Amino acid sequence: MADLPASASPAGDADPRVVRDQESSEWLRDLRADGHRREDAVARLHALLLRGARYTIARQRTLLPQFWESDLEQLALESADDATVAVLARLDDFRGESRFTTWAYKFAFLDATSKLRQRAWRGREIPTEPESWTLLGGSADGDQPAELAELLTAIGDGIAEALTERQREVLVAVAINGVAIEVVADRLGTTRGALYKTMHDARIKLRAYLAERGLRPLEDA
Amino acid sequence: MERPDVHEALRRLLGPDGPDFDCDDCFRVIDLYVELELEGGDADRAVPRMRAHLQGCPSCSEQRRALRAFLRGEPATP
Repeated sequence: MADLPASASPAGDADPRVVRDQESSEWLRDLRADGHRREDAVARLHALLLRGARYTIARQRTLLPQFWESDLEQLALESADDATVAVLARLDDFRGESRFTTWAYKFAFLDATSKLRQRAWRGREIPTEPESWTLLGGSADGDQPAELAELLTAIGDGIAEALTERQREVLVAVAINGVAIEVVADRLGTTRGALYKTMHDARIKLRAYLAERGLRPLEDA
Repeated sequence: MERPDVHEALRRLLGPDGPDFDCDDCFRVIDLYVELELEGGDADRAVPRMRAHLQGCPSCSEQRRALRAFLRGEPATP
């Protein structure tokens, strides 16, 4: 994977570590303080992250229709707890390019989403077969145009022939069957970043396979 | 391709063309990216490979949409 772009810092910021707003500076000061000031800041941070976790869970509520509201609240609390620990452990990573609260919220969003999806897939098998070509707008009923039918056939052949078993499982599960990348990563005992790398490599191979057959499906879109 | 949903599905399958960064890289800058978007700044110029990654990663794309909606005060409807 490529390194982060150097231009990730907003233009004109001579030092990205200079926190650009007063509120963010106060958060950092209080979280790095001792005693009651820090305890109070940690409590405020937890409340902030709980709000973010609840929002994330409410947004994806349909993933867990069988859960009671109390179960979801427990999930939100666990996410807020874990996100608080993560934020405190990574305070030095805050570069001041965004507001501190925005930076902190993303930890709660990621953790809550991950927990929610893990629960949603608990006890279920991850689909790693391309059983639903209709997701690509095609189907087995012969109703699609010949050009599309040819492309879908080539994609199916490419997935079967050009990819390793691991690449095939990951690409099909995530990109065709819509399983969340963190769920697949957890099942395979790897990280999101490593899994994305696997998917990236699979896509390069699949694109090359199609190009060798004169098919460049995204170029004429 | 013939229909927008086909194009979207193909993009999801084949991902971005060219250099990409991974989900951990995305996580490091997603707060900056979303704030710039909401402030009307040129988020894609500030983080050049972000859009390509979002097009190829459903999970990070949802993170971006959720964070954006939250900061805009939108209700948490799916």
